[in-house]
Amino acid sequence: MSGSLYVQLLDLTAGLVLVCAFVVLWRRDLAAIIRALAVQGAAVAGVAAVSGAHHRDAEPLVVAAVVFGLKAVAVPAVLRRTVGRGGDTREVTPLVNIPASLVAAAALTLVSYAATTPVVAVAPSPETRTIPIGVAVVLIGLFTLATRRKAITQIVGFLLVDNGIALIAFVATAGVPLVVELGASLDLLLAVLILQVLTVRMRTKTGGLDLDALQELRD
Amino acid sequence: MIIAVLAIPIAAAVLAGLLGWRRPVAWTAPLAAAGVTGLGIGIAVHVLDHGPVSALGSLLRADALSAFMVIVIGVVATIAGWYGVGYIDHEVRAGHATAASARLYAVLVELFVAAMLAAVLANNLGVMWVAVEATTIATAFLVGHQRTRASLEASWKYVIIGSVGVALAFLGTVLIYFATRHAPGLTGASLDWTVLVAHAPHLNHGVVRLAAGLLVLGFGTKAGLAPMHTWLPDAHSQAPAPVSALMSGVLLSVAFYALLRYKVIVDAALGPRYMRGLLIVGALLTLAVAASLLLAQRDYKRMLAYSSMEHMGLIALGAAIGGPLAMAAVLLHVLGHGIAKSVVFLGSGELLAAEGTTEIARVRGLLTRRPLVGGAFGLGVLALLGFPPFSLFASELGIARAGYASGLGWAVTAALLMVLVAFAAMFGHCQRMLLGAPEGQAIIHPTAASTAAPLVAGLVLAAALGVTVWPLERLLHAAATVAGGR
Repeated sequence: MSGSLYVQLLDLTAGLVLVCAFVVLWRRDLAAIIRALAVQGAAVAGVAAVSGAHHRDAEPLVVAAVVFGLKAVAVPAVLRRTVGRGGDTREVTPLVNIPASLVAAAALTLVSYAATTPVVAVAPSPETRTIPIGVAVVLIGLFTLATRRKAITQIVGFLLVDNGIALIAFVATAGVPLVVELGASLDLLLAVLILQVLTVRMRTKTGGLDLDALQELRD
Repeated sequence: MIIAVLAIPIAAAVLAGLLGWRRPVAWTAPLAAAGVTGLGIGIAVHVLDHGPVSALGSLLRADALSAFMVIVIGVVATIAGWYGVGYIDHEVRAGHATAASARLYAVLVELFVAAMLAAVLANNLGVMWVAVEATTIATAFLVGHQRTRASLEASWKYVIIGSVGVALAFLGTVLIYFATRHAPGLTGASLDWTVLVAHAPHLNHGVVRLAAGLLVLGFGTKAGLAPMHTWLPDAHSQAPAPVSALMSGVLLSVAFYALLRYKVIVDAALGPRYMRGLLIVGALLTLAVAASLLLAQRDYKRMLAYSSMEHMGLIALGAAIGGPLAMAAVLLHVLGHGIAKSVVFLGSGELLAAEGTTEIARVRGLLTRRPLVGGAFGLGVLALLGFPPFSLFASELGIARAGYASGLGWAVTAALLMVLVAFAAMFGHCQRMLLGAPEGQAIIHPTAASTAAPLVAGLVLAAALGVTVWPLERLLHAAATVAGGR
């Protein structure tokens, strides 16, 4: 792979990761949000694959395959099944409305570029220059968690955080050691499955996916 | 030996999964935990004489600090498992648990213990992170064991906040890994603690600073440090009593152990000031939250959860002070709090089963009506409040003395004021529960000796530790040295 093609592909896939995070904030339809998340997972895997192909290294390709299976196929499938079981399919009442959310996300992106300057400065390269994108996705994920009140959108927020961190891991360090990556992937899959079971229990108990229905525990 | 420590709870989990919940199988939990304690002592003796041991390449490693934590986990798991035998039996007979949910419970508790042991025995910091996240996964369904609306809410908050917090710690881990990749003198990136400690001075300061902040926030979430503590009172009050005992008694400390490991690296890279500042802010904030919410607390299980936060705040303060005296006191505090808090949480489980309420206002005259459980609960609370002869008295004194000696008097004074508020609040609540006049006729309910035995054993152990720590003295000092108490 030639140098400039590599940089273009890297920027393209990393950019796609960020765009998908914005789509998650923009759409109300839960099915569309899950689609955006699946595309984002594929893009994160794409970043790993592109850098693996460029450095002619087999390990990132294995990791890319695992990440694709997990983030682009398995996890979205679990979420789709949860939504598919009837009930509400839209995020109707975010605490911050959609236009304001998008503005906030843009601001968070700027903040992440500012905050990661010292990190990028350690080793300026096409890879490390995409670290701010990862941080922006993490911050948008936290924002989603704080402002969306549906069980599914909270899981999505958690997954945005996770995808952002995965992106940073791939571009900053060409991935963490394989054993750690596999352990972390397994943890993520189990956490999502647990959250799915809890969501199903929530629907049987409260008849919906609204977290505001669960407000018993307070001081 | 290291692998055997991990194999014991995993074997117990397999056994429980295959055979289901039966009386003899139930006893494997405390026996396995006792075995872990024994092996922990064995490792400690070996490490003190021959230095650290490794296993599986450099993935696992035990030094004095790891050995000490294995012993803490083993002791608390023994007490909780011992009580759990009768507890689950009672749940099944009362119809609160089915055979299937009892089996799931037994399997998950063992996996939970195994994950905590893996966290303290990992040399690779990535593996340590995976193990800490695995504790969240193992305990998620344990918190929701009772399947009520409240326990569902608690487990949801626990998993979401816990996973997100720990994800931030993963970002910190990745940044540390990134720093090693660009450190002069290092051939290739590494996450091995030993390598990181050796090369810490060459790590890029800006990156380490950012990573340390994320790590304190992330692992602090699991350790119950403010501001990411909101899951703690819910999860600890909704979980079944033996699980609350394990979560409150050791899981918080295991998460804090992760911070202690990183503190050694960050201190070597940036000097002690940076981490000290972060930990003092975390400690004082946590103490303030705990003290203010203890004041008007109406639920005795939540009261115990906030008391755990108070103690984690003290532990964080001790770690911020650093130095051999403070670190030894911190570790003794971890052990003393683990034992005393598990006794009190188990007692609270017994109270809930007997009284049918967790409201402080509806429990009165315990000492006359249920002398054994009430007495154990009361003595446990006194231990937590720092009364001698229990070891928490000695360790709190040690932390305070070290703080004044190292010029952090203002922080210690502020902390002690908040501890005093917490003390008054808890003392008042418990005094009313134990001595207040009961409504109507006071009927004396005897408690089965088998239920009370683990509580009494825990109290005796906590008191013995307070009277003399000589069997642990060498281990405490060696572990404190590992944790950076030069």
